[in-house]
Amino acid sequence: MPPARSWRKYPQTYRLEAARCKKCGATYFPPRLICPECKGRDFETFRMKGTGKILTHTVVRTPAHEFAGQAPFAVGIVQMDDGPRLTVQIADVDFAELRVGLPVRLEFRRIFCEGDSGIIQYGHKAVPARA
Amino acid sequence: MRDVAVIGVGMQKWGELWEKSARDIFVESALLAMDDAGVERIDSMYVGSMSPGIFSAQEHLESVLADYLGAKHIPATRVESACASGGLAFRLAFMDVASGMSDVVLAGGIEKMTDVSGGEATHALATAADMMWEGYSGVTFPGLYAMMAVAHMDRYGTKREQLAEVAVKNHANGFLNERAQFRMKITVDDVLNSVKVADPLNILDCSPITDGAAAVVLMPLEMAKKLKRSGAKVIGSGHATDTIALHGREDMTALKAVSEAAKRAYAMAGKRPQDIQLAEVHDCFTIAEIVVSESLGFFEAGQGGPAVERGETARGGRIPINASGGLKSKGHPVGATGIAQIVELVEQLRGAAGPRQVKNARVGLAQNMGGSGGSCLVHILEVM
Repeated sequence: MPPARSWRKYPQTYRLEAARCKKCGATYFPPRLICPECKGRDFETFRMKGTGKILTHTVVRTPAHEFAGQAPFAVGIVQMDDGPRLTVQIADVDFAELRVGLPVRLEFRRIFCEGDSGIIQYGHKAVPARA
Repeated sequence: MRDVAVIGVGMQKWGELWEKSARDIFVESALLAMDDAGVERIDSMYVGSMSPGIFSAQEHLESVLADYLGAKHIPATRVESACASGGLAFRLAFMDVASGMSDVVLAGGIEKMTDVSGGEATHALATAADMMWEGYSGVTFPGLYAMMAVAHMDRYGTKREQLAEVAVKNHANGFLNERAQFRMKITVDDVLNSVKVADPLNILDCSPITDGAAAVVLMPLEMAKKLKRSGAKVIGSGHATDTIALHGREDMTALKAVSEAAKRAYAMAGKRPQDIQLAEVHDCFTIAEIVVSESLGFFEAGQGGPAVERGETARGGRIPINASGGLKSKGHPVGATGIAQIVELVEQLRGAAGPRQVKNARVGLAQNMGGSGGSCLVHILEVM
């Protein structure tokens, strides 16, 4: 990934910054310039708490080449408690444990490495939120 | 707007066509369509192709293809809407003729996918998802549809075997289609025991990687009648988009781009879902056919799985779906798929589909979508 592209995502990949529409309250991750719900253009930035639950899931067994060494791995769509939804890997989970509604929290993890001189890509993965 | 007819279709056998270049694959189908239409020249052309840049290291495809078709100096346009590129090319050709800008227009589709490795092809296809916010998780296309399947199973109790039934039915149809890439009958057990790709989807739930093209020729209906050409009338065209990311949708068990495009096509055609007598739909994965059959209004939400199990979508069923074999058996050269659906409808409506013929079919629908449903085209054709 080009360094500038990776760097532009730091507020989200490193700090989980999302946006809330000041007019209608809809939340977005990543932030947008216009709210599709109410067409509002004023947003406030907020940091997601990092807790949520799984809406749906899969286990990827034939990945794209960047993720080749990691397969099989679980991926899910997570409904965050503060509004947005995101597609993330689910780590530290027994595949048999995967279910709709499973509570998770996001953890900062290495996502993939780009070979000899590439950037190590970081971001968040979900892990089961055990009590 | 002028009434428009499709009066020529062309398609050759799809598969791993290592001995042929992209341009030759396209020109063969285009010439077949022009011969079938009985025309020697076209006024303009639209070609759907998702990613010639990655698959063939060749952009500016419209110029390449018009040049090799020998159609000197015609206006030619390549369009891209991921796996719905072909459907979009057809809509633009339809609009070109309907508007009166052009009389004889060719709509085609081409994808040459086997010149690159499986990994590169997976990457090229993955670019139809949100690369920044979905692809970064490592999710693949089968993975996105697998998540749709899990949500659908969780909400409606759709069974794993019902997904498999879609593949079994489409292979039974494709077995009768001499142009299909995978002409073999399979069983539910074959699907359930095939290699896992993205749980719960196995390899036999997935459409293959294919080289292929398809082309059709359109002209004003009045001109077609005057020239005594046979074909089908285009009575409805609908186009819609949805969020690029699956996670951006309130309901992941339905496809809003499909229902919106269908609503527009039904309205233009003055038809309802129950008026459709056969449909070619975008079964890129088995779950896709089930969800699409619901979003098109053929079945209530959650009833797509039981319907396929009861045989309602088989060739002799209430609403035959993918009599051609669908993407699953026929193959899925992404840019060509939307045009191949039109080829099948025209052959069916002409009563020229041979052993695949759906009896007494007078109104057919084609549904072609991009990505995980970020774009969709729906067309309705009727006998001339």
